Amino acid sequence: MVKTGGMYDLLAEHPFFAGMDKGRMEVVAGCAMNERFEAGQYIFHEGESADKFYLVRHGMVALEFHVPGREQTVLDTVHKGEIFGWSWMVSPYTWSFDARAVELCRLVSLDAKCLRGKFDADNSLGYDLLRRFIPVMAERLSAARMQMIDMYGQPPDRK
Amino acid sequence: MPATAATAATALPADPMVPVPYRITRVARELSDTFTVDLVPARGKAPFRFAPGQFNMLYVYGVGEVPISISGDPADGARVRHTIRAVGTVTDALRRLKKGAMVGLRGPFGTPWPLDLTEGCDVLIIGGGVGLAPLRPAIYEVLNNRDRYGKVCLFYGARTPDDILFRGELEKWRGRFDMFVDVTVDRATGRWAGPVGVVTQLIRRGGFDAYHACALVCGPEVMMRFAVPTLNEIGVANDRIFVSMERNMKCAVGFCGHCQFGGAFVCKDGPVFRYDTISKLFNVREL
Repeated sequence: MVKTGGMYDLLAEHPFFAGMDKGRMEVVAGCAMNERFEAGQYIFHEGESADKFYLVRHGMVALEFHVPGREQTVLDTVHKGEIFGWSWMVSPYTWSFDARAVELCRLVSLDAKCLRGKFDADNSLGYDLLRRFIPVMAERLSAARMQMIDMYGQPPDRK
Repeated sequence: MPATAATAATALPADPMVPVPYRITRVARELSDTFTVDLVPARGKAPFRFAPGQFNMLYVYGVGEVPISISGDPADGARVRHTIRAVGTVTDALRRLKKGAMVGLRGPFGTPWPLDLTEGCDVLIIGGGVGLAPLRPAIYEVLNNRDRYGKVCLFYGARTPDDILFRGELEKWRGRFDMFVDVTVDRATGRWAGPVGVVTQLIRRGGFDAYHACALVCGPEVMMRFAVPTLNEIGVANDRIFVSMERNMKCAVGFCGHCQFGGAFVCKDGPVFRYDTISKLFNVREL
């Protein structure tokens, strides 16, 4: 039998899983793994198979986009108590950006294949998790729009 | 209630429509389009008193007049400091002026940040872009009277790392044990080791007592539009949020109506408003 107590505690501490039913959390904990990345180390690269998503327990992760001929562009940073990675939910299940540890990062990764199997067995678990993902996605989309409008820039007639 | 510089200097000058000559004693470039000028009276040495959040009308002779927030320390009566972004004819002309040049000054005008009301509370100072300039006198005032306030958090957002205003001071404030400072940028390369994202995301990471906090917010209006719901969401009520509005101010004393904002004049009734008093107007596009 797989011992999940340690993982369960880590998930229970994370705001993303706040209020989740204990039984469901134990099921999810069965797909979880502790990971550590040193400053500067890449967690994944664009185009690689998106087989996990991550909870940040400690540190800061930069989500980056590579544009040939330019320096790496940092799109967003993710911090303690936040999550990143939802490409595992959307076909073709490949990362659409790079993720790099800006400083020492302690993460919990959740295995996508394992989770998808659990969701097939219990649709309500999938619904519960989706309900947690959607506000995060909406907030990131809203933030991306604000970044896109260049609100601190000069008015258009001055550029 | 103890008197502070914030309460001491809100009376209008003797003749608010007559510019007084001031001499530029220092010009410092802050960013590619932003600069700071120090002014002293051309005649006499009466200390200039103002409250954090107030503004002056600066007159470039032969060009025109613009409202500019005061960005210096209210405890420093010897000089008047303004941080200005060159965005139009008059501010471009101001940028071309050198040390020793003369300008006309009317002021100070407008309502200040309510630092008396925030005593005993956690103080959240939220700025974006050049909006940090009108907040800086409030920061000085709070730090000059640090024991009167709870936790002090400064959340600042800029366009890129090269657009961070008052970077040296931000680093100094961040080094203090009694102040929390976090800075984010909208876009960066891998050389920037700080947060990337909008300033509203910093607010959520703050770690303060939201139910006993007061927020002072200044930046682009769209930033404030997003900052207020975030503050509400974490528990800061609208009557504890203060925003500094920007409108086309001309007379600065509520005569001309150029800066009318609903039933208020931003020059006279603002620029600092308690958010619940203007919340219904905040999203009206025609205003």
